Amino acid sequence: MLKKTLDISSSPHIYKGRSTNEIMKNVVWALLPVVFFSVYSFGLNALLVIATATFASVLTEHVLCRLSKKETTIGDYSAVITGLLLGLTLPPSFPLWMAFIGGIIGIALGKYIFGGLGYNVFNPALVARAVLQAAFPVAITTWHPAFLTDRFSSIASSVFTLPFMEPKFDVISGATPLSAFKFDGVTTSTAELAFGQVSGSAGETCAVIIILGGIYLIARNMMNWRIPAAVLLSAFVLSGILYSINSELYPSPWFMLFSGGLMLGAVFMATDMVSSPITPIGLWIYGGIIGILTIVIRVWGGLSEGVMYSILLANAISPHIDSIIKNRVYGTKRKIKTA
Amino acid sequence: MALFNLHKNTFKHGIHPPESKDETNGLPIRQFPFAPVIILPMAQHIGAPSQIVVREGQEVQRGQLLAKANGYVSVPMHAPVSGKVRKIANVPTISGKMSTGIYIEAFPFSTQEVLEGNPIDPDTATPEEILQGIQDAGIVGLGGAAFPTHVKLKVPEGKTCETLIINGVECEPYLTTDHRVMLEQEDDIFTGIKYLLKATGAKKAIIGIEANKQDAADHLVQNIPKGLPVSVQVLPVKYPQGAEKMLITSILGKEIPSGKLPIEAGAVVVNVATTAEIGRLLPHGRGIQERVITITGPGVKKKGNYLIPVGTPLRYVLEQVGVDEDISEVYMGGPMMGMAVSNLDISIVKGTSGILVFTKKDVNRSTTIYPCIKCGACVDACPILLNPSKLGILAKFEAYNEMASDFNLMDCFECGSCTYVCPSHIPLVQYFRQAKRIVRKREADKKEKAHA
Repeated sequence: MLKKTLDISSSPHIYKGRSTNEIMKNVVWALLPVVFFSVYSFGLNALLVIATATFASVLTEHVLCRLSKKETTIGDYSAVITGLLLGLTLPPSFPLWMAFIGGIIGIALGKYIFGGLGYNVFNPALVARAVLQAAFPVAITTWHPAFLTDRFSSIASSVFTLPFMEPKFDVISGATPLSAFKFDGVTTSTAELAFGQVSGSAGETCAVIIILGGIYLIARNMMNWRIPAAVLLSAFVLSGILYSINSELYPSPWFMLFSGGLMLGAVFMATDMVSSPITPIGLWIYGGIIGILTIVIRVWGGLSEGVMYSILLANAISPHIDSIIKNRVYGTKRKIKTA
Repeated sequence: MALFNLHKNTFKHGIHPPESKDETNGLPIRQFPFAPVIILPMAQHIGAPSQIVVREGQEVQRGQLLAKANGYVSVPMHAPVSGKVRKIANVPTISGKMSTGIYIEAFPFSTQEVLEGNPIDPDTATPEEILQGIQDAGIVGLGGAAFPTHVKLKVPEGKTCETLIINGVECEPYLTTDHRVMLEQEDDIFTGIKYLLKATGAKKAIIGIEANKQDAADHLVQNIPKGLPVSVQVLPVKYPQGAEKMLITSILGKEIPSGKLPIEAGAVVVNVATTAEIGRLLPHGRGIQERVITITGPGVKKKGNYLIPVGTPLRYVLEQVGVDEDISEVYMGGPMMGMAVSNLDISIVKGTSGILVFTKKDVNRSTTIYPCIKCGACVDACPILLNPSKLGILAKFEAYNEMASDFNLMDCFECGSCTYVCPSHIPLVQYFRQAKRIVRKREADKKEKAHA
């Protein structure tokens, strides 16, 4: 005799079997080599900064969920990504208490007040970094040299600055390739940039490892290749044009591509799915805006680096790109609607 | 954009679910035994239910007319078995609604010979006579939609049908009925095409088959009768290529304008099993009494492709093939668009292309729904190029009118590709189904108000 009760469900009855937290986990895997290189080149300082930012992010997510009487969402790994990305964008000798505050801000103001995962307008890690940049302009632009011989045995004094105290930075501090160029007119070779033999934020220095992480995610279909392609291409083209006009005044496009946070931003920040557009054409526009703005800020702006603000601005425009640029629906004419 | 619109022999987007056809695509069609009682619902096609013309207690012969078509968009029903009409009563259907139905007790020792009717000669009959013959045979789309075929074939005034497309795509995973029909019933298919070409006035017929059925394509190509303008086109495997719009785009490289029928592209699409049925029944003037059904799924013991009389109770079918103890879900149709069965006392109907049995561990539906992270997987899957992500968010806020007016909700044909790929496990197509129904109701209400 056959069983009497059956379960019912609405079709489809089979699923691809991929989940959001699996995607997030893979982003973490792709970021780990970047973290390892960061620790390798900057030593314990970088390890502490990244660990603190990550811990603060996850803790904040957990506490906020508890406070709003919801089940904790730290299992979706998105807070881990925010924390790691924040840590990787900070100078390696950044005071830990500031990094901790950054982690709180990223999750609380960057994500949670918008409604949590899926609803954030901006990349949470960059919101945190922007706040830190405004609050601690000196600490966030004081760079620590890479590959110091004692990097695995000693920790910079600034790292353990007491909360709300002015950090004291060690006398030796390395200029980043971008600031060296902007303020001293010195360029760094592309090979040094690609393999991270330079100073900079904890995770931005080795372009090759970042690119490999991106290729991994693109190959697993967990990242839209159009974003990094559009960002890098537009940055390359604009800086290439400038370079061909006056190669004395403007750095080469390869220098622009591999220096500073452009690679990290293009691969891991601009590609935040939530805060980027959804249609292919929209993605090209979005990426193009980031690439061009970055170069504009770097060349004509007061700051030596412009990736962060470019991405944040593009994040803000992204919903509008989506409402203007839509896929042409099958069997209809393309309509560009301004709503 | 013309540069990028080069015809690629397939439609845009779509998905590649596991095909799961290997277990049954090599099994020949076998006759299924007659159930002791056949339960024949009158509402098993789109349109008005058939009107019963027999009475309780009457003896009927297999193939005899039991119910006549109730209007133009309706078809008659024939006895799938020789026996006695035990009662006429409400019977359950898969949708949960009850329908008037006929219970027939099969004669156990009958030879089950099929009654002959008025034969229709494909060479001398007029298109109108053929269409009438198709309706009289009770033929509906056997691919699953169950839309009366004669209505679909009627070319509207002022339009011309250039191409007859025979749909042998069978893109739903698990199903292998059309595959077997193409391998075993080539003569019926080509006879059917003869009728269809005449009825539609089309100059040529193209049989579309996905590459995973290359053997069927080769078999048909070898057997094309001399002088019949038929060609076979092998298409890359991709779901939902069997959908009419997608198939036309794959074969002709044209799109059907939103809300319009295939005839806008000068085409009429007919399922291959329906074609075979026309080719088999019309030369004898018979009515449809049985159909080929794939019975498969991890929970089934004797998987296969069976020729099953219409009206056979599902419970009887499952008892005959044997199912596991812990079956949890049974679907009629394929796993992408098929309907879950809530009640084993429903019957096999003309539109049943497959019966799929899953046990508890085969149902891999996730219970955790994450928020939409706008990854765009659904956007890359939707064959109609909608934005399911946005539609899903609007559905959550019940903004149904906006979904329809600004995001082309009504173009969704519910293939389920978006739900299949969604990593956040959002029941997108389920939302859209509900939204479409509500929008349709609102529009009908509005019209009613305007008339009042």
